[in-house]
Amino acid sequence: MNIVLTIAQLTIRESQRRRILWIGLFMGLAFLTVFGLGFHYIILEFERFPDAHIPVREIALALQIAGLYVVYFLTVMLGILIAVAALSGEIDSHIIESIVTKPIRRAEIILGKWLGFAVIIALYTLLLAGGTSLIVYLRSGFVTPNLGYGLLIIFWQGVIAMTLTIIGGTRLSTLANGGLAFMLYGIGFIGGWVEQIGALFRNETAVDLGILSSLIMPVDVLWRHIIMLLTPASMLDSGFDGPVIFVVVSRPSEAMLLYAVFYVFALLLGAVWSFTTRDF
Amino acid sequence: MLAIDTVGLRKEFGEKVAVADLTLKVQQGEIFGFLGPNGAGKTTSVKMLLGLTRPTSGRATLLDHPLGDRLSRAKMGFLPEHFRFQEWLRADEFLDLHGRLYGMSQQARAAAIPDLLELVGLGKRAATKLGAFSKGMLQRIGLAQALLNSPRLVFLDEPTSGLDPVGRRLVRDIIHGLREEGTTVFLNSHLLGEVELTCDRVAFIREGVVVETLDLHDTHTEQVHVTLRVGQPTPELLVALEQFGREVAMDDGRGRVSLTLPDESHLPGLAHWLTHNGHTLYELTPRTLSLEDRFMQIIGDHSGDT
Ligand SMILES: Nc1ncnc2c1ncn2[C@@H]1O[C@H](COP(=O)(O)OP(=O)(O)OP(=O)(O)O)[C@@H](O)[C@H]1O
Ligand SMILES: [Mg+2]
Repeated sequence: MNIVLTIAQLTIRESQRRRILWIGLFMGLAFLTVFGLGFHYIILEFERFPDAHIPVREIALALQIAGLYVVYFLTVMLGILIAVAALSGEIDSHIIESIVTKPIRRAEIILGKWLGFAVIIALYTLLLAGGTSLIVYLRSGFVTPNLGYGLLIIFWQGVIAMTLTIIGGTRLSTLANGGLAFMLYGIGFIGGWVEQIGALFRNETAVDLGILSSLIMPVDVLWRHIIMLLTPASMLDSGFDGPVIFVVVSRPSEAMLLYAVFYVFALLLGAVWSFTTRDF
Repeated sequence: MLAIDTVGLRKEFGEKVAVADLTLKVQQGEIFGFLGPNGAGKTTSVKMLLGLTRPTSGRATLLDHPLGDRLSRAKMGFLPEHFRFQEWLRADEFLDLHGRLYGMSQQARAAAIPDLLELVGLGKRAATKLGAFSKGMLQRIGLAQALLNSPRLVFLDEPTSGLDPVGRRLVRDIIHGLREEGTTVFLNSHLLGEVELTCDRVAFIREGVVVETLDLHDTHTEQVHVTLRVGQPTPELLVALEQFGREVAMDDGRGRVSLTLPDESHLPGLAHWLTHNGHTLYELTPRTLSLEDRFMQIIGDHSGDT
């Protein structure tokens, strides 16, 4: 356990020293500023010219979900970017040789890096998603239900992307690994839409295809979960399936959440196996 | 107890046989040189011994532990051939990290790190980031990393390849210091002059096979190269000299004859025979073969055709 923590600490220090953490932080603050200003002026508009048909909280919800969508995207990107060179870079540069010849288990290296990255992603999610929600609350007084749960899922989306990138890094070059991770993200994203449109036109093949791609990259499907979670039950009852641009046609199954948890641990086991059995 | 004991270690990379048969015994406390041409399989051998690369077949024990035993690595040190380290760490942080990985306590690390930095000549560079280090400085800090845990067995893969003459002398002194403490050193090197000065024993590897081992202290059994100058070298003389040694040859018409004796005990007999058979002897110069001569003899013609 000591070694895992040492490696995790090293991993966090690396992203700090290589300024990935600072760039992430800076971009996150920039995003929050833009979101805050935008949110303020839109709400201001509605306060000046109230519309009887659209309550403010519906506007607030729509904007918050739009904000969180960007946060989710950035978190997944961060998950890929911090992990992309983690192993492949050290293998290519031979840095790994002086590490794995120490009296430690190779599994401890994988787990330590995973843990370090997970901490970074957690902080990032908390800053961005938490900041977005705080802005919405402070300006409009609106708080979505299940907010903590929603944040947890966004965190996990980043973790999924990061863990997939780690397993790739045990065998692939940095470039190939990065390409693969982004392509998988693309597949998950398109798969989500295919499933949605398939459901709209009741095309089962399209739905199955979408589900399959969600099994490979279960991030977009988790995003639909978040929409359902954050939308107050009263709005859902009135036939509202999410704010206009984020309509959820095919409601994701609960089993997908469970799957996403097991998926990460299965990937992690795979990464340990792949790293332990390779030559340097 | 043997420091290293391997039987038939073999490593294949697909079709390519990198190491065909590594069978070696290295005594505790020995400074052991591992020599061979480029691509002979030296680095691959070391990587197998350290568990970086899994052998295709064969077995080995290190410090009486089976190959790949994790905890036994706490008593080993390793300087890789490609010494690259985390550029964003300071020299002292780097050593502290490796101390942790060795499982050393906070006190042990704090005690060892300044001394080691001093030992490798980086005492004033403790707070410098490794990214700002020169090649030789990186190799020095790598060496410090390999010695941090006061190992019983150290693997150095070409430890002086990036070093200036002062640094080479330093490594030689460090190895002598290790010998005094009874540490076993396994040294890969192409610098035969240094190997001759530091090693107790050497093994030659060619195309993945250990072809010969030599005890460098045992000068009595070493071959001797002799140059003779006699009054009238005749073809008969050349034939007669074959009874004493090999590689009998006439040197470029100036009356010199050269030959190689199995060891120096044959020298008096040779001088006696020459004078008693009516040859006027003007010169008899024995020269023991340098390690480079031996390398050329053993490896010479075969290198480069792999
Ligand atoms: N990962 C690998 N994949 C395929 N072949 C390899 C691999 N590593 C080494 N080889 C081959 O195995 C042989 C031995 O390589 P090795 O690095 O052990 O040589 P070496 O004796 O250390 O040479 P040098 O003196 O140049 O350092 C070479 O022919 C090399 O091409
Ligand atoms: Mg080598």
